[in-house]
Amino acid sequence: MTVDSTAARKPRRSSSKRSSAKQGPAEPQLVQLLTPEGKRVEHPDYSIDLTPEELRGLYRDMVLTRRFDAEATTLQRQGELGLWASLLGQEAAQIGSGRALRDDDYVFPTYREHGVAWCRDVDPTNLLGMFRGVNNGGWDPNTNNFHLYTIVIGSQALHATGYAMGVAKDGADSAVIAYFGDGASSQGDVAEAFTFSAVYNAPVVFFCQNNQWAISEPTEKQTRVPLYQRAQGYGFPGVRVDGNDVLACLAVTRAALDRARTGQGPMLIEAFTYRMGAHTTSDDPTRYRRDEEREMWEAKDPILRLRTYLTDEGMADEAFFAGLEEESDALAKRVRDVVRAMPDPDHMAMFEHTYADGHALVDEERAAYAEYQASFVTAEEGN
Amino acid sequence: MATEKMSLLKAINASLRTALENDPKVLIMGEDVGKLGGVFRVTDGLQKDFGEERVIDTPLAESGIVGTAIGLALRGYRPVVEIQFDGFVFPAYDQIVTQLAKMHARSLGKVKLPVVIRIPYGGGIGAVEHHSESPEALFAHVAGLKCVSPSNASDAYWMMQQAIASDDPVIYFEPKRRYHDKSELDTAAIPGPLHTARVTRPGTDLTLAAYGPMVKVCLDAAAAAAEEGKSIEVVDLRSMSPIDFDTLQTSVEKTGRLVVVHEAPVFLGTGSEIAARITERCFYHLEAPVLRVGGFHAPYPPSRLEDEYLPDLDRVLDAVDRALAY
Repeated sequence: MTVDSTAARKPRRSSSKRSSAKQGPAEPQLVQLLTPEGKRVEHPDYSIDLTPEELRGLYRDMVLTRRFDAEATTLQRQGELGLWASLLGQEAAQIGSGRALRDDDYVFPTYREHGVAWCRDVDPTNLLGMFRGVNNGGWDPNTNNFHLYTIVIGSQALHATGYAMGVAKDGADSAVIAYFGDGASSQGDVAEAFTFSAVYNAPVVFFCQNNQWAISEPTEKQTRVPLYQRAQGYGFPGVRVDGNDVLACLAVTRAALDRARTGQGPMLIEAFTYRMGAHTTSDDPTRYRRDEEREMWEAKDPILRLRTYLTDEGMADEAFFAGLEEESDALAKRVRDVVRAMPDPDHMAMFEHTYADGHALVDEERAAYAEYQASFVTAEEGN
Repeated sequence: MATEKMSLLKAINASLRTALENDPKVLIMGEDVGKLGGVFRVTDGLQKDFGEERVIDTPLAESGIVGTAIGLALRGYRPVVEIQFDGFVFPAYDQIVTQLAKMHARSLGKVKLPVVIRIPYGGGIGAVEHHSESPEALFAHVAGLKCVSPSNASDAYWMMQQAIASDDPVIYFEPKRRYHDKSELDTAAIPGPLHTARVTRPGTDLTLAAYGPMVKVCLDAAAAAAEEGKSIEVVDLRSMSPIDFDTLQTSVEKTGRLVVVHEAPVFLGTGSEIAARITERCFYHLEAPVLRVGGFHAPYPPSRLEDEYLPDLDRVLDAVDRALAY
């Protein structure tokens, strides 16, 4: 038997022989409202009508998010952060979905949702504490209805589902959104979140940013069907959206949130995008992917296409872009200054907050460690 | 209601009922907890009286049960979830260890997760594989969790009340072989703190420490030893995290000898930690090394062999004799 006899095999994306051919049913159309060339197009199911000011707002969000992200990468290279997970390339997916949310909606992010955090008015410098190593998150999720970053892949999909079950029990018309990636789609917790949300008709939107890579593994290592199609088996709709099109991401997420709010249950959105950078600053993508692929996606850049559209339609002038550049620089400087001044936690801080109601062992160990520390001070004073 | 004699199982049921009545945020979740009332009937009648919105039959997915309970707790609910059997908790172990236990610290105290996880545990009921295990040390080892196990109806009732009231996640281990043992329950009593041990039988020659299903075995052993003229003190630990070392220390300073008994494997078990701590605290009072009686470093055996695996009167008395021989 030869490999070729496996008739069910799908053409591989890397196959030069078939690269120009249609990808077949496995590569469906995606919802797009703004082409990579910056042209507005219509979609039969999803539409959007934004004022020039709103469009400029989305552009500003994406530019500032990218600048913040670049600054964080730089700070890691300078040793100010231990690690950074860049969102470069995913700005449209995050800003589009993030701007679809209402204040009373609730977000359950992964550790890469810096753009969504921006939309929730989370101070960007709050996100950096865990990457600097001064805390493991530490912000109050209820201040901005933006949960702590979750590092264990896929866990938060269940938290979002449970939270949404609570929203429904409360009779509220808020919606919940769970972010995860193509890698997380393989996790049992995501599958269980799909099951629970469908069974209880929970008002939750699953927003999967398929950025094509789970560290070094391409999406082909996670699935044999387009990810949005998974929803069908659970009994709720799934849709693939151009994840580099901020208008489409906004329109589709709005529609999904509206469904959730009106008791129509969960929906899966697969935002088809690309991780332009490394998985994190510790990763080296040159070991597993080709430059040409990145170049292909560069042509689909989410920010460039909106800039083209704004310019072509006369909705933004040079003064706007120049002003935004200045604002970006100011943001970067503020981030830099705050991070560099971020103090290490007190050496006793690790004992705090292990429990809400206290714990005898923690008390005992805290006291013993304080005494141990104090013994050094005493010795120094003694000398 | 004043004092009445009640089974441990019915006491848990009564406690859950009280909690559902007192706090509209309390939810019961788990597989078959609704119409069926749970495979052991611990939640019998609760869905009928409090409805499907509060007594929730869940899909058959333990990680999903605990993960959604976390989400509900984030929304302000106080879920009490049932894991059907001890050996089925492991699909949820990730959610319990990486999320439930750590979110309070991760948020620097801003998020509280008042989730109770009920786990019927332990052997002695002639069950198939995965239905007789004692995994408490795997949870007590995790900072952020609290672990308790009642040995009688009164504790079962009150410790459940306190576990639900706790703002920390509590793993509530139910000694399933004692479900139908009856004892006095006073639902009007004022209970002591949740994480304190109790001297159940005073004695002067040796301390037996146990919790959950092994308390009865230890009391029986103490009674048998008394016939031979040995005075054994029995301490019901009640809580495996935190452990009330102060009560144990007081006891051991008096008796000079300690034997810890649990069904869980001895190796790196609760008894190991107790032995180390009590040795540190009571070094000059100890007349013998702290001994442990428990399961072996082998998978829980088929039920025809479980009586060999589980500590019984004779194995406890053997350890008592060895400790007293020093």
